[in-house]
Amino acid sequence: MIPANTKFDPKLGMATREAFGKALVEAGRRNKDVVVLDADLSKSTYTSLFHHEFPDRFFSCGIAEANMVAIAAGFAYAGKIPVAASFSCFVVNKGFEQLRVTVAYPNLNVKIVGTHSGISIGEDGPSQMSVEETALACSLPGFVVLSPADEVSTTALVHAAIHHVGPVFIRTGRMKAPVVYPAEQKFEIGKAVELIDGSDVTVIATGLLVAEAIRAQEALEAQGISVRVIDFHTVKPLDRETIARAAAETRAIVVAEEHLVDGGLGVRVAQVVAETHPCVMEFVGLQTYAESGSPEQLLDKYGLMSRDVIAAVHRVLARKK
Amino acid sequence: MLQKKTVPEMQALAKRMRREIVEMIGAAKSGHPGGSLSAVELVVTLYFDVMRHDPANPKWPDRDRFILSKGHAAPVLYTAMAEAGYTPRDQLNTLRKLGSMYQGHPDVRFLPALEASTGSLGEGVSLALGMALAARLNGSPSRTYVMLGDGEIQEGQVWEGAMFGAYHKVDNVVAIVDYNGIQLDGFVKDIMEVKPLADKWRAFGWHAIEIDGHDIPSIQAAFQEAARTKGVPTAVIAHTVKGKGVSFMENNPKFHGTAPTPDELKLALQELQ
Repeated sequence: MIPANTKFDPKLGMATREAFGKALVEAGRRNKDVVVLDADLSKSTYTSLFHHEFPDRFFSCGIAEANMVAIAAGFAYAGKIPVAASFSCFVVNKGFEQLRVTVAYPNLNVKIVGTHSGISIGEDGPSQMSVEETALACSLPGFVVLSPADEVSTTALVHAAIHHVGPVFIRTGRMKAPVVYPAEQKFEIGKAVELIDGSDVTVIATGLLVAEAIRAQEALEAQGISVRVIDFHTVKPLDRETIARAAAETRAIVVAEEHLVDGGLGVRVAQVVAETHPCVMEFVGLQTYAESGSPEQLLDKYGLMSRDVIAAVHRVLARKK
Repeated sequence: MLQKKTVPEMQALAKRMRREIVEMIGAAKSGHPGGSLSAVELVVTLYFDVMRHDPANPKWPDRDRFILSKGHAAPVLYTAMAEAGYTPRDQLNTLRKLGSMYQGHPDVRFLPALEASTGSLGEGVSLALGMALAARLNGSPSRTYVMLGDGEIQEGQVWEGAMFGAYHKVDNVVAIVDYNGIQLDGFVKDIMEVKPLADKWRAFGWHAIEIDGHDIPSIQAAFQEAARTKGVPTAVIAHTVKGKGVSFMENNPKFHGTAPTPDELKLALQELQ
């Protein structure tokens, strides 16, 4: 929990992809069964760091994501802990059939890390932007799906993913990310972090939108609105208890994510709300594909700023009985 | 370790497995007899001569592994595993029935002694490469064998895997192509020609061997040659007859994925005496 009355002025930390790459090297030092696969993007995914330290445990797959995912499955069948990385859009979309049949169906201990998630990759445009990955990854039975907000949570969750026995997908971003957490913060797969308590409305956010949600909370507090902010770093399995409590206590929920609203965290939270304490909800997310532009321009144009969270809070409070 | 069988013993076993295959598919009233019958000698030779494995210890880390990438031919794998003692023979006729360990396609959830769940074509080479590289990292003598259909190699992932296998010098993998010339919709040449098969594998950097896939001594020699081949993986192109052993199924595309009727089953079992 962030201390009360602290002005949120985070320093810009590493991109979550870089935090992943560094944590992976440490995971490799701790566990010799960790092997890494990459598809010609190791400089972008930062698996190049692992390659440099453990050349014998790094396997270049070339630009062939489907093959990479199934080779990872083969490693897992033989008792290794494979980590396969690429841009999210390529590893999840081109590898989806292999994620389904070779990883999820036999429930193998494979870790998939997608980098350059969402639209904040910027100028490269929609062919490189992953905006369906939460829907796809969450549809796979048995998968754990993680979406860390900053370098601290990424580092902790990479180690948690390696320790977890079973398939995991981690989505990470290209941009440097504001540091939300103190270095000593503890994280547990499936346990959301309540960052700020509040009673009028709850904002559930994941990834880059966590920092935007905190900024929104500060502005709304100045307007006399008490906002609870929760980081859902684990998109699957959902922390149902925390959602149910927020729904019962604040009776209004906004979900914010850098992903298509269809199939995203928001609809998953809405299911739990419907099953527990139905309440009004609003959703901050994408409706369609974006375009080229700077990350800041895109987040602004496509409605993923604190301003958009604030507007959603006003909408949901207007509907709250 | 399983006791190796002689060639005449394996020939007799092949005939018995063919009976079991048509019987179990007949009992299931659905399934894929053609591509199961074409692969019998290949699978028998692997399980009863070539591979180092132990049915009493199916998870022995240094065992050789077999992946049926053409998972629809599950009956040939199930009969081999049952004959080797991994699974009960008297339940073979539960094939494709609810709760059976003998699922429609190989499923490790129901049969943990399997090396992999398969069924979606094109994935087995990649799985085999991962297992073989794990063995290499562990300093294990384990070798991995993966059987593909000839229609299956139309899938692009097979060639992604082929490139990877040669590049990473995965010489403890052997791919076996059951080259029976027929796929679901008809003859391979009429659907999507795959010739020249051995040349394709060679072009991708594999050592390729062409054999008669029903001649057990030739199969033994091919796998011995593969074991001697260092620095590159080996592909065994096994020329086979779809539906082999049952006259009305041989070279008949209908029996790629159609079960025999009770009358056809009776006839098939007479031919396989």
